[in-house]
Amino acid sequence: MSVNFGSKRIVVGAGYGFKDWLSQRATAVLMALFTVLVLIRFLMIKGSVSYESWAGIFSPQWMKVITFSVIIALCWHVWVGVRDIYMDYIKPVSIRLSLQVATIVYLVGCAGWMLQVLSRI
Amino acid sequence: MSEAEPLREPRKEFRNINAFTDLTTYRLPPAGWVSILHRISGALMFVLLPFIIWMFDKSLSSEFSYAKFTAMFKAGMWGLPAWMWKLVALALIWAFLHHFISGVRHLIMDGWHKVDKEFGNSSALVTLICGTLLTAAVGAKLFGLY
Repeated sequence: MSVNFGSKRIVVGAGYGFKDWLSQRATAVLMALFTVLVLIRFLMIKGSVSYESWAGIFSPQWMKVITFSVIIALCWHVWVGVRDIYMDYIKPVSIRLSLQVATIVYLVGCAGWMLQVLSRI
Repeated sequence: MSEAEPLREPRKEFRNINAFTDLTTYRLPPAGWVSILHRISGALMFVLLPFIIWMFDKSLSSEFSYAKFTAMFKAGMWGLPAWMWKLVALALIWAFLHHFISGVRHLIMDGWHKVDKEFGNSSALVTLICGTLLTAAVGAKLFGLY
């Protein structure tokens, strides 16, 4: 086995992966159910779609609570998936680690923006 | 291990695969297409996430911003014509639907141990066909065909 301690220690990677695998599935199920819910509420709109009816899908408090959880689930899911892509194609540790840090900054920023939008409805 | 064991011909090694001359000659089975398209659609949505949130923002923030959002598909925006924005929206709708359906396929395979060749092939075909048909249906709605 190759040396992976000291200066050769692996600083990026999936670890054992089960936790990531499971959280990817759990977040996927939540988002799939949310998709069906939004789709049903969208199709139940009577007449043509307007601002009122569109924003009305997300405006009840219970819907905002669910949407909040889905936003967190989305970012978590994206993190696992995008890191899988990096691990497959990006081999140099410096580039991979930089991309991973940049991705976290990007995703946390996106989550903040989505929550801002949610609070405006 | 006996010494009389016949020597196997060493497996051919493929290295430095060229994306333009080698990858284009690969013939993928349906499950292979679903797999790589799952990755491509996910990456596409990841890269365009700020644009998706921008649409989420404009369409929900106020009556005024909602009008700006819908104008994008009627009069164009930022110097690009309306049909181009519809095309971007269509690409994102396809990416979401394909990722969604092949994601459910993943869950079925994991949850019910459906890992045989027949299910892999038939479910891959269902995924590709449903993803395309649903995108066409939603797209036709977007382009105002019905």
